[in-house]
Amino acid sequence: MKKIYLDNAATTPTDARVLQAMVPYFTEVYGNPSSLHAFGQEAKHAIEDARYTVASCIGAKPEEIIFTSGGTESNNCAVKGIAYARREKGNHIITSNIEHHAILEPCHFLEKQGFEITCIPVDENGIVDPADVEKAITEKTILISIMHANNEIGTNQPIGEIGKIARGRGIYFHTDAVQTLGHLPIDVNELNVDILSASGHKLNGPKGVGILYVKKGIRMLPFMHGGDQEQQRRASTHNVPGIVGFGKAVELAKEEMGKEIEKLTFLRNMLIDGILAKIEHSRLNGHPAQRLPNNVNISIAYVEGESMILNLDMEGIACSTGSACTSSSLEPSHVLTAIGLPHELAHGSLRFSLGRKTSEDDIRYVLAVLPGIVSKLRSMSPLYKKEVK
Amino acid sequence: MEYSEKVMEHFRNPRNVGEIENPDGVGKVGNPVCGDIMELYIKVDGGIITDAKFKTFGCGAAIATSSMVTELVKNKTIEDALKISNRAVAEALGGLPPIKMHCSVLAEEALKRALDDYRMRSAKVASGKAA
Repeated sequence: MKKIYLDNAATTPTDARVLQAMVPYFTEVYGNPSSLHAFGQEAKHAIEDARYTVASCIGAKPEEIIFTSGGTESNNCAVKGIAYARREKGNHIITSNIEHHAILEPCHFLEKQGFEITCIPVDENGIVDPADVEKAITEKTILISIMHANNEIGTNQPIGEIGKIARGRGIYFHTDAVQTLGHLPIDVNELNVDILSASGHKLNGPKGVGILYVKKGIRMLPFMHGGDQEQQRRASTHNVPGIVGFGKAVELAKEEMGKEIEKLTFLRNMLIDGILAKIEHSRLNGHPAQRLPNNVNISIAYVEGESMILNLDMEGIACSTGSACTSSSLEPSHVLTAIGLPHELAHGSLRFSLGRKTSEDDIRYVLAVLPGIVSKLRSMSPLYKKEVK
Repeated sequence: MEYSEKVMEHFRNPRNVGEIENPDGVGKVGNPVCGDIMELYIKVDGGIITDAKFKTFGCGAAIATSSMVTELVKNKTIEDALKISNRAVAEALGGLPPIKMHCSVLAEEALKRALDDYRMRSAKVASGKAA
C-alpha cells in the first residue's frame, strides 16, 4: 500500500544528509566539548560551526544562540527564565490564546506563582491584532510572547509589528518559531525579536535538540543549573551529534527554502482547493493566504476527526486532528475554539502538514480517497441526516 | 493510543448502521460538545429485541461500541438487554483504552434510553387500549 506522510508539523523525517553529518559525532568525534584535549576540542569546533550556521540564518550573533533539548525546553526556558529575571520590574506577561501548550502551560504555572497573564484573543482567521497587544500592555508588563506561526492552523502572526511595539515600551519580546525556522525567512533584527525558540525535528533535523536565541543584553535566569556550558545559560553536556544535525538541517533548509516554499504553496493550495471543491460542508481553518506554505487545516461538518484519521490511516495516509501533543485529549483544540469554531466542527477537523518529500501524486491520492471516507462516515452520522436531508 | 483488533474490526465494518422505520424504542445520547452522539433504534416483538440499528457521530471507539451494542442486544429479552453494562460492551470489544471508556458508557446509556422509550411507548399503547 502507498504510504503518505502528511504530519510534518508533528515531526519530520531526518534528512539523510543531516544523518550523514551526525554519524561521525557518535563514534569518532565523541569527546566532550568542555574537555581541553583534542577529542573535546574537535567536538567543540563542530558545535561552534553549527552555532555559527544557525546564527547567520536568523541574523543573530553566534554567542546569542543557546542549544537546548528542543522546542518545549526553549519555550519554558524563555517564559520562566525571563519572568523570574524581571520579577522586580513587573509580573505581567502577554501571550495569545492560540500558543502551543509549551507556552500556555508555563504561563499557567507562573500564574500560580503570582504572575498575571493576559491571553490575547485572535480573529476568525487566527491572527493576533498588534493593536490588541498594545492595549493589553501595563506598567507591569515584562514579557510578550507571540508565536511566529501557529502549529495547528498555520497562521503567520504579525510578529514584526508586535516586536516593534514591545521594543518601544522596553518589554522583552519572545516568539515561538518552532513551525517556521527553516520554512520561512527569519531575521531577528527585522522582526524585533529578543528571544526565539526553535526545534530541530521540525526542519528535517534530529529530535532532542533545539535552540533559544537570546539577544545580547537580555536578562534571563537559567533553567538548568550545573556546568558552565552555553555561557552558564544552559548546563548539561552538549548533545554534539544533535547540535551538528541541527546545524546541517538549518544549512539545507536555508539553501532550499525558496524552492520549497514555492513547491509547498502550490501543493497546499491544490489540497485546499481540491477538498473544498470535492467535499460539501467543508471549510478551511486559518487565514487563506497568511499561512504556512505546508499547512492545511480543514473542518468537515457532521463527521468526527478521529474516525477520519483512522480511515485515512487504513488507506496509508498519515495526518492529524490537531496538535500531536494533545491527540489523547478529548477536549476540542483550543486553537479551533479560539477562532470561534463551534464544538462539532472543531471535533471534525483535520490537519495535513506537507513536507520535503510530499509530491503532487500524494495530494492527488488524498483527494481521491478522502471524499469516500467522508461519505461513509456521514452515512453513519445522526447529524448529517438531520441537517442535510 | 491503541485500539484492540476487535475495536478496529467493528470500526472498519460496523454492524447494523442505519435507522429502523417505525421503531419500538429510540435512545439518543451525547452532544456535539463532547464530540460523541449516538442514536440507537430497536424493534421488539413478544418481549424480544428482534432488530437494532445505530447512527453515531464520534471517534473510532464510539462507532465500535455502537456497533457492538447493537450486536449484543439482538435476540435478547428486554430483561436481559437491561443487564448489558458498559463493561460488557468494552469487554466484548477486547477492551478500550481508558480515555475511551466513556464511549462504552454512552453505548450503555443509549441502550437504556431506547429500552425506557420502548417501555413508555408500550405503556401508552396499553393505557390507550384500556381507555
